[in-house]
Amino acid sequence: MSSSIETLISREYQHGFVTDIESDTMPAGLSEDVVRAISEKKSEPAFMVEWRLKAYRRWLSMKEPHWPNVTYGPIDYQATSYYSAPKTKTPLGSIDDVDPELLKTYAKLGIPLYEQKMLAGVAVDAIFDSVSVGTTMREELAKHGIIFCSFGEALREHPELVEKYLGSVVPYSDNFFAALNSAVFSDGSFVYVPKGVRCPVELSTYFRINSADTGQFERTLIIADEGAYVSYLEGCTAPKRSTNQLHAAVVELVALKGATIKYSTVQNWYAGDKEGRGGIYNFVTKRGKAAENAKISWTQVETGSAITWKYPSVILQGDNSVGEFYSVAVVNNKQQADTGTKMIHIGRNTKSTIVSKGISAGEGNNSYRGRVQVLPRATGARNYTQCDSMLVGNRCGAHTFPYIEVGNNSAIVEHEASTSKIGEDQIFYLKQRGLSAEQAVSMIVSGFCKEVFKELPMEFALEAQALLGITLEGSVG
Amino acid sequence: MAGSAAEPFVEAFDELTSDASTPAWVQSMRRAAFERFGTLGFPTTKNEDWHFTSVSPIADHDYVFLAAKSGDVGRDELAPFTFGATGWYTMVFVNGRFAPELSDIAKLPNGVKVWDLASAWTKVPDVVDRVGKLATYDNQAFTALNTAFMLDGGVVQIAKDTEVDRPIHLVFVTDATAAKGMMHPRNLILVGKHAKATVIESFVSTTDAVYLTNAVTEVSVGEGATLQHYKMQRESARAFHVGTIEASQARDSHYISFSLATGAALSRTNVYTTLDGEGSGATLNGLYMANGEQHVDHQTQIIHAQPNCFSREMYKGVLDGRSHGVFNGKVYVHPMAQKTDGKQTNNNLLLSETAHVDTKPQLEIFADDVKCTHGATVGQIDQTALFYLKSRGIESALARRLLTYAFAAGVLETIEVNEVREALEKMTLERFV
Repeated sequence: MSSSIETLISREYQHGFVTDIESDTMPAGLSEDVVRAISEKKSEPAFMVEWRLKAYRRWLSMKEPHWPNVTYGPIDYQATSYYSAPKTKTPLGSIDDVDPELLKTYAKLGIPLYEQKMLAGVAVDAIFDSVSVGTTMREELAKHGIIFCSFGEALREHPELVEKYLGSVVPYSDNFFAALNSAVFSDGSFVYVPKGVRCPVELSTYFRINSADTGQFERTLIIADEGAYVSYLEGCTAPKRSTNQLHAAVVELVALKGATIKYSTVQNWYAGDKEGRGGIYNFVTKRGKAAENAKISWTQVETGSAITWKYPSVILQGDNSVGEFYSVAVVNNKQQADTGTKMIHIGRNTKSTIVSKGISAGEGNNSYRGRVQVLPRATGARNYTQCDSMLVGNRCGAHTFPYIEVGNNSAIVEHEASTSKIGEDQIFYLKQRGLSAEQAVSMIVSGFCKEVFKELPMEFALEAQALLGITLEGSVG
Repeated sequence: MAGSAAEPFVEAFDELTSDASTPAWVQSMRRAAFERFGTLGFPTTKNEDWHFTSVSPIADHDYVFLAAKSGDVGRDELAPFTFGATGWYTMVFVNGRFAPELSDIAKLPNGVKVWDLASAWTKVPDVVDRVGKLATYDNQAFTALNTAFMLDGGVVQIAKDTEVDRPIHLVFVTDATAAKGMMHPRNLILVGKHAKATVIESFVSTTDAVYLTNAVTEVSVGEGATLQHYKMQRESARAFHVGTIEASQARDSHYISFSLATGAALSRTNVYTTLDGEGSGATLNGLYMANGEQHVDHQTQIIHAQPNCFSREMYKGVLDGRSHGVFNGKVYVHPMAQKTDGKQTNNNLLLSETAHVDTKPQLEIFADDVKCTHGATVGQIDQTALFYLKSRGIESALARRLLTYAFAAGVLETIEVNEVREALEKMTLERFV
């Protein structure tokens, strides 16, 4: 590796500032009382408290899993605060009532909270620490009967929808972190698109962790009713802190008959410094359930977090349903990522596509872990998987753990994987065509990730490319 | 050891280790391994390496350790398992014990020496001191159990610069007296510098009894040497078979392995090799065919520990009835193993609606200047090809057999020993009638 490449890969994390805002933070620790208190603060209906407590009790009986290919010190669940909210005159009437300090934060992050950004055609729900601070374009959406609000609001205004679908894809007993999230989740986004409606704008949620020593546990529930279409974007950032913070979110997607949900994530939590101090532990459960003729598509660009551990999955329950997973995961310095997907083919003629691109630099470790399961009933199931890794430097690692389980002989399952490097010769070739080394690396990496970026909505694709460049800075050398 | 997994084996173990004529180092190795097995116990499906294979059918049986010579197998009964070849150097083991009267090792060429393990450790202790050094049992319960009960097996030594003209065939045969018995064959193959040899291990049976074969073969391939190593698992339909091969390769060596698995109710074959010298290469191929309720599992592991090595791997599976096939192939590339060139393929053909396959090709790469790919497919017989053959007047059943054969032929044609290749091709054509 030449030094010219090395200098490219270390631009600083740009979202590492802290917003100085008064917040209402619960003392650290977790108990039934804390669970009740969170529920009370949010004036939730009775079924919610019960559900949380069930989840909490289940969580107590569960053990933290350690099967992923990542290492980290023990997490003290009693040292984390499970609720933090910016202090405001409640309740918020409109975006204009939001603390200007907060709006500044989002302006710095480039989040289009303001109406002027309406031209961007994106409706945004912004989550600061644990609570939602504002949702834009609600009226426009209401015209179509689309509900897009914070989870807390949904619980107050549409409890029947929440009760019906909450936990229907990821039950509270699903896994350790999902159980923890079910017990203490404070807010998140809720989307309901009625029958046959095509959501006219991209919906977007921006997550921000601000306070120190708090965990962020948000929960997203998206329901696309029969024949509906919705595209949803999620972005995340956090300030630089020297301690690790836990982020354990749950996302549930319900695509009813013939519905389509497209879920895109650009995850850029603080990744820790060069020595691996600090950074977010991103332990997330994401899953969608597709009914007959429905389609769920996950696209993710994972550049941040000290540790990323998530497998956005699709349960292909209905006949002819389709699942897709497009992923770019980048690790640099001491970052670790164990990510991939699960495609569970239950219905007939179900199809799934997996395209995963892993880039490892510095001392990062990147694992693709995926499961393609074809159950005996799933006649005519089809899967295509491609996972490619790129290594930059020789202190990093790339790992592939695909599990393919086929119980029906009419299924066709293909899996392909390759590993390659950015070669000096490739860089030399581009440089002699007049590009700088930095541009050359960026171009090679973009080319490598092209198949995934083309799945992202345009603004996100540009952001993702820029992020990729930043994450890899200083890793080539 | 009350309550531990080792308990059912304690009596047999005590009897085996009470034999005073066994060298002390063997006894102490056995004891350490037995203790380790007691700690490890039989693997469960929670163990990642055994995720798709439950060994409870094995663990649920009680076995008698076949320490003494037993059985009555005639030369004519061995004929179906010798590939119709004549003049091979053959060692036959009946129910786990060496049977010199059935073996043909009188006229070995210069540079080739073979022993049965039990006599080797008293006669040539300096040769067998490699035993237990190549195959480790720290995390391998079955290797630990084998080491605890190691008693017999083939020891093959090829001197440097020797090119062996014919294959050396180790035949492990069981007959009806092996019913409810267990055998732990332990083999050692040492190939000297620049030598070339072919070794075939066959696990066969003249009975349909229930028994357990738990074999371990340790292989060392010297500098610039080439070893072709075939393992033919054609055990009785109700038997259990666990077989582990661990190879270590020196500079510029080439290890070529082929594993066939068609027998046993439940079988597991491990083929592990470490490319421990620069410029060495490994070719691991295999074919598994199962029907009925058979469960057939393969795990391979290629460790690239040095730069400029290559590995090629191709495993194919044909599964019919309610059978279950498992493939797990690991390729591990150390940080210093730059310029590694690795390729791995696993193809599965499902012939029935109830056959099941789990495959897990796995790459772990820590070096950046490498070229590694893997691929896995699962599918059924190509309907277009079937239609094409039928339109040419070939009846459906024969067309299926031809296409199945064609699928398997892709890996069978890599077999260099003509007799073996032809026998397996014939077997493939006839198996799924």
